Order: sequence, then structure tokens, then C-alpha cells
Amino acid sequence: MQSPDRHRRTHPLLLLFAIVAVLAGFLHGSPARADRLEELAGKLAAGSFSQRAETAEAIAAFGDTRATPMLEALSAGELYARKDDGRPVLVERAGDGYSLTDPLSGESLGEAGRRDVEKIKVNNRVRGAVSDALTALRLFSPDRNVRMSAAAEAATSPSETMLAALRRAAEAETDPAVRERIGASLAVSSLHSGTPEQRLAAIGELSGSLSNTVRNALRDLAADPDTDAEVRQAAEAAFAGIERKRSLIELGLNLFQGVSLGSVLLLAAIGLAITFGVMGVINMAHGEMIMIGAYATFVVQELFRTFLPPELFGLYLPTALPVAFCAAAALGIAIERGVIRWLYGRPLETLLATWGVSLILQQLVRSIFGAPNKQVANPDWMTGGFEIVGGYVLTYNRLYIILFCFAVFAAVVLVLRYTPFGLHMRAVTQNRSMARTMGINSDRIDALTFGLGSGIAGIGGVALSQIGNVSPNLGQLYIVDSFMVVVFGGVGNLAGTLVGAMTLGIVNKFLEPVAGAVLGKVVVLVLIILFIQRRPRGLFALKGRAAES
Amino acid sequence: MRLESETRAPLLGVKGWAIFIAVGLFLVVAVPLLNALPPSSPVHVPDYLIPLLGKYLCYALLALSVDLIWGYCGILSLGHGAFFALGGYAMGMYLMRQIGERGVYGHPILPDFMVFLNWDSLPWYWYGFDSFAFAMPMVILVPGLLALVFGWLAFRSRITGVYFSIITQAMVFALMLAFFRNDFGFGGNNGLTDFKEILGFNVHAPATRMGLYIASAVALGAAFLLCRFIVTSKLGRVLLAVRDAELRVRFLGYSVTAVKLFVFTLSAVLAGIAGALYVPQVGIINPSEFSPAQSIEIAIWVAVGGRATLAGAVLGAFVVNAAKTWLTGVAPEMWLFFLGSLFIAVTLFFPAGLLGISSQIRRRLARRPAPALAVEAKDA
Repeated sequence: MQSPDRHRRTHPLLLLFAIVAVLAGFLHGSPARADRLEELAGKLAAGSFSQRAETAEAIAAFGDTRATPMLEALSAGELYARKDDGRPVLVERAGDGYSLTDPLSGESLGEAGRRDVEKIKVNNRVRGAVSDALTALRLFSPDRNVRMSAAAEAATSPSETMLAALRRAAEAETDPAVRERIGASLAVSSLHSGTPEQRLAAIGELSGSLSNTVRNALRDLAADPDTDAEVRQAAEAAFAGIERKRSLIELGLNLFQGVSLGSVLLLAAIGLAITFGVMGVINMAHGEMIMIGAYATFVVQELFRTFLPPELFGLYLPTALPVAFCAAAALGIAIERGVIRWLYGRPLETLLATWGVSLILQQLVRSIFGAPNKQVANPDWMTGGFEIVGGYVLTYNRLYIILFCFAVFAAVVLVLRYTPFGLHMRAVTQNRSMARTMGINSDRIDALTFGLGSGIAGIGGVALSQIGNVSPNLGQLYIVDSFMVVVFGGVGNLAGTLVGAMTLGIVNKFLEPVAGAVLGKVVVLVLIILFIQRRPRGLFALKGRAAES
Repeated sequence: MRLESETRAPLLGVKGWAIFIAVGLFLVVAVPLLNALPPSSPVHVPDYLIPLLGKYLCYALLALSVDLIWGYCGILSLGHGAFFALGGYAMGMYLMRQIGERGVYGHPILPDFMVFLNWDSLPWYWYGFDSFAFAMPMVILVPGLLALVFGWLAFRSRITGVYFSIITQAMVFALMLAFFRNDFGFGGNNGLTDFKEILGFNVHAPATRMGLYIASAVALGAAFLLCRFIVTSKLGRVLLAVRDAELRVRFLGYSVTAVKLFVFTLSAVLAGIAGALYVPQVGIINPSEFSPAQSIEIAIWVAVGGRATLAGAVLGAFVVNAAKTWLTGVAPEMWLFFLGSLFIAVTLFFPAGLLGISSQIRRRLARRPAPALAVEAKDA
């Protein structure tokens, strides 16, 4: 990344450009470039509109970024010319007259009266040429990203000027990625001109590309009746190849997004599955535990912002995890002790009572924090993403959430399998009366299970705060989906929850492009309702006596 | 199942009939009379109250339908709003077609939102809704058929308890998402509104509103008697048995699936009728009626009044909705606190609801242990 004051320093690349461009200028048999640019600029004011446009094209082909401010002013209709020598100037009102600046060097040219300067007029033809020229000049910008986007843009308006500028830029470019993009644009631009051999070569060069511009250019060429058959065939083959490659990548990307959605669902559903498994109750306030976790993250973030130096800000997220876990777990235990315990054996009433709890929590958070969404910032290490192949990006926050979710899942599995608490919990899940007979305090297990389930929902909230807004009804967005995961995967069985969450996530994402986001969801819900016809107890049902109650 | 008349309990006791007739007379005769009094009179019922009362009556009918399956058969549907809304949409479609050329775009056939979406013809499922005689059977058939198919799928595979509640919630959620879509053909987000007339009467005229209000009251009374008829019949006994010990009923040779399917479908039809009466009185039907939260709220009306009493459902619907109207006007932020506390308090402290409070207090005073409410007692 470059610092914002990059324009003031002489960038090494700029120097290189200058040298290369000067050399190129010599090769083209032109006089030294500094004079020429001034000379060309001098011509801008004179002549007809079409001469003016040609001058702009010539400036573009010249490839000197010093001309950019001048052309920008010209296209905005703010470039003036001195009446006595026709020299283009930038003006600024100063007292009665104007103070003049040289558009190329930025030097002051003193003051002039209002009558001494005249606006340089432009029409659409000139404006088009100037806009192309600006794109061409951006190819030589010191900022890599600007060059990158200019290279992509250049392919959309192929003209002789642009071709010349692209060729010159390709020689001057040092960054391999930009060079590749410029090469692709060059090839796209040369698709429509030159001998069939040249065009075939251009097609060959483009066949590996993934960009939209290339794809569209090849498709247009394949459909162009004026082209010879051989070229058209080659274009069609290259187009089909690109399509194949793109659909493969899109498949992979869909899969990634499906797994990402699945992980979010998994985080939301683990706790629900555990509590449902152990106590047979549906906790309608489970979504609010997620919401509490997200708000805990928000509070921790604000505390970090207020009390700690900014360089520690990135640490707020790891700090928020235990905070969110404890907040949600404490609340969960309070709900279990205060409400659910009294309704044991009456699952439908538990459902209604916890719904009441969820309404109160939502309104409470709305009263404390206000109804509008809260922003939770991604720490630096979670922003951005990496590009796998041209234009396809995996974002870091989604990637981290997938990893995080699997870590949480593994931790829960380990707790259930290798700790005494886990053993007791599994015993209560399978047969409560028998477990009690064996001396397990099932009340305590209920409370702890509820705490664990709610705590996991809380850290799920931390994860969700990183990919969306934090609002009082955050929990409601996920509650129906996480129920579906539990119903689909089966109760009291983490493997079922995992498979359920991932299946729902992936199926959802694959249906989205076909049916649209909303209809896809409807289809998924209908599929689940049909699915539990076959397996009323879910994919991975508990077997044996415990299952029939 | 044979219905044997000699085992039938009376439809209502003497006290019951007295209350039924008194309430009925008050709603159908006294309210219109009080409305006809001059506005200066202290007991005058103002015009704006009529559609409000009518709305409560529709909610009461909806609560009645939920009580029939939840109170008597132990099926807690969290998706009954779907049947209500479908009945409402069927009525709304009829009302939309009645607008005719009076819409904003003045199209003779297409409702405004279709013109707005650049549709050039009516979708097939809108055919026939210009006729009242077609729309009214649809009010019953559409929710009934959905309940029949959904219930058959669910009860056949013995989906019970919270599982059933959850998938009914999924159903209503799916319908909500679908109805929110513009291309689904039911007005999307905005739903159906701007109604002009019903059977040629202006829907905004006080006389029409009074008519709709009385129709709602009559429908509620008839539905109440029908539900009483069912729960006092032998079928009603089977329903209670299914609620308390489904497996045993199955082992005794009853077709639990058929019994459940029957009441579930009947209940959906009642909900659909409630929706159809509701729409012309409030003047709009939109997908928010399908929201899961709305459907859960119905359960609390029933619980507040007292489950398995029918009259309690009616009472609960009136009390909770009157509280909602009042509280959302006075202190809107308090409403959710109140509703949430109501959910918790009723389930924890007043499981028998308002109708059961007096006997609950008497029992407490006599220090006798309360008999366990067997509504969700486990079979095993």
C-alpha cells in the first residue's frame, strides 16, 4: 500500500516509466517528450472540435500521467486558455481576475484579468476522446490498483489509441498481475482487428482467462458473422472452455458459501440440540442467547475503543469470546433455574414460557441499546480476503468462521466424550431415571447443560457479529433455521447436528442461484417437512428405549 | 367410532346456556342498539369500536380453533396463523376483484399491484374470485386442504409434541417468505388492500361494518356450539384420551391419525373463516399475518383464558387483544414486556388460565394439592 502523499514524491516506478517512455519516444522518432507534451497541450485550445479530440488521443498515446489533471479539467469544462498565446491554464478566482496555474507542472503563471482567458469548449466527441485518454493515462498511474482497473476498463472501449497505450503500458509494466491484465485487455482489443492469424493468436492467449470482459468479447466474436469461420470456431471453443472453468469455480465457491452458512447454522444449533436432547425441551429463547453474545461483542468492542490504545483493538474479538460465553451461559442457567425447571415434563408449555423469555430479552436489549442496528467492526486480521483465481475471492471473515465453528464443535465433542460432566450428560440424555438411580444429580446436569448450550449460542453470536449487523431481532433470523437443523439431524446427537447444518447450508446455497434466495429457503423447508416423513426422529435418531417417549 | 347418543353429555349446562345467550344478546342486539344511540349518551358505542370489536371476535374464533386442537387433543400448532391468513387472502382476492376499474390504474380486471408489476393477464389462480359464490368455498377449502395434506403427512408418521409445533412453525415461516415475494401473485410485501365493496356494499360504510361485526359474532357463536358438540360427543372423549395417552389409544385400536386429522382440518377451516371475516373489517391482509410470532401469540390467548374450556379461548382472545390495543397505544415499548411476562406467568403460575383462577385459589386456600394438569403428561 502506498501512502496518500505519493504524488508529491518521485516514485521509482514513475522514474522508470519516464525512462521507458522517453526511449519509446525515440524509437517512434519523436523529439524529446517533455517538449512534445507541452506542444500538444498548446494545440488543445486551437482548431476545431475534431482536431481537439485528436490532440487528446495523441496525449493519451503519449502516456504521461502529468496530463491527467489537465484532461480532467478539460472534460469537466474547467480548462481555460490564455488568449495571447493559447496556452491552457487552470484558473482560480482571485479578487477581480483569475490566478493562473500551469496544468502540467502546477507552476503559478501569475494573474490575469477575466477577459484575458477563455474557456476551452468541448463537445461529446471531445469528451469521449478525453475519457478514453484518461483511462489510457491511468494505465501509467503509480498506484497499482488504479493501473489494474484501468487495464480492465481499457478492454471495454477498444480503439487504436487504447491499443497503442496498452502496448506501451505492457512494455512498461513491472507488476506481474497488472501485466497479465494488460495482456488480456490487449488481446481483447486485438480480437477485432488484424489478420486472422493475429486474431487466432489473441484467442489463444485469452483462452485461460476468467474475466467477464474476455468472456463477453469471445462470445461476441463467435457470434459475429463478418469474421471468418476459423476464427469464430476458435473463439467459440475458447468461450466454452472459459465457461467450463468458471462454472467449476462457481461450484467450488458455492460449496464454500454453503459450508460457511452451514457453520453459522451449526453454531446456532449445537446448543439447541444439546438442550433438546438432554431435557426434551425446545428453548425458544435460544436465538436471544445468540443476540446476547453479539451484543456482548459490541460492548467489549466499545470498551476497547474507549479505554485501550488503538493498537490493541484487534484483540477485542478474542476477549469477547469468553465474555459472550459467560454472559449467555449465566443467562441460560438463570432461565433454566427460574422458568424451565418448573415446567419439567411439559415441553409445550416450556416452549411457550421460553418464547415469553425471548420477547422480554428482545425488548430489554431494544430498550438498553436502541432499536437501530449496531456496527461491530472486523479487526484488521479479519478484513479482506484472498483471491483464489481471477476475480474470485474468499473473504477472511467467512473463512475464520468456518475454522472457528469446527473448533467449537470439536471442543464440545471432547467435553461430552472425555469429561465427567459429559458422561453424566449423555447418561441423562439416554435415560434420565436410570441416570438418577446411578446417583447422577440430574438437576445440576440440566442447569449445566443449559448453561453450556446457551454459552455456545453466545459465542455463535460473536461469530455472527462479524458477518452481519447486530440488532435486537438477530436471534429471530436464525431460530427457525436452527430448529430445522435439529429436526433434520436428530436430537441428542452431535454428528446429526453437524451433518444437518452442513446439508442445509449447502443445499440452501445451491438452490439460491436456481430459485432465488427466498424461494430456495421455501423449497428447503418443504423438503424438510417431507423428509421427516421418512425419518420422523431425524437423520441420526437415538435408538432404543430412550428414543420412544 | 360410533357416536352413541346415550353417552353424550349435554351441549351446555343451564348456567352455560344462560351465559351463552346473555353474551350473544349483548353482542348481537345490545351493541348495535347502543351504537344507534345519539353520541351524547354516556353508553353510546362509537362507530370506530365496531370494527375493533369485530376484529376481536375474529381473533376469538381463531383462538377457539386453536383450543379445539391444543386443549382437547394436545396438538400445539404454531402455524395456525397460516390458515387464518389463507382464509383472509381468499377473501382479500374476492375484495380485490370487486375494485374493478376504481383502482389507481383503472384496469378493468387486473388489481393495481399486477398492473404495477407489468403483468398483462390474470394468473390462473385468481380466476373465479370475482364471484362471491366461488370465493367463499375457497375460504374453507384452501386452509382445509393445506391442513389435510400437512396433517396427513405429519400425523401419519407420528410426529407429535414439540416436533409437530416446530414443523408447523416452519410451514408458516415458509408461507410467509413465499407471500412476501412479488412474483407469487398476492401483492408481495403490501398484500391486498384498498378494498371498495363487498357484495355491493361499501366496506367503509358504518352499516356494512355493523353487518360484518354481526356476521363475526354469529360465526363465533355457531363455531362455539359446533366445538362444544364435538368435545361433548364420544369423539371428544377420544380426543382427550389421545391428548393424555396417545400410545394407549392406539393400542386400544383407535385410528389416532384419523381422529387428529379430523380435528386439525376442522380447526384450520374455522381459522380460515376467522381470517375471511377479519380482512374486510381491518381492510388489509399482508404477509405479516404469516409471521411465526403472530401464530405463537394465538397460543397465549388460549392459555390466558384457560385451555380445554373453549369459553376460555374466547375470553383470552378478548382480554389479551384489548390489553394489546390499550398498551400499544399508551406505552408501546411496554407491550413486549407485558406479553413476555404473560407467557411466563400463565405457564408457571396459572396453568388453568383465567377461567381456572377461582378454583385454583379455592384449592390453595383449602391447602389441597392441585391435581396435576394432565395436558402434556408423558405416556411412558
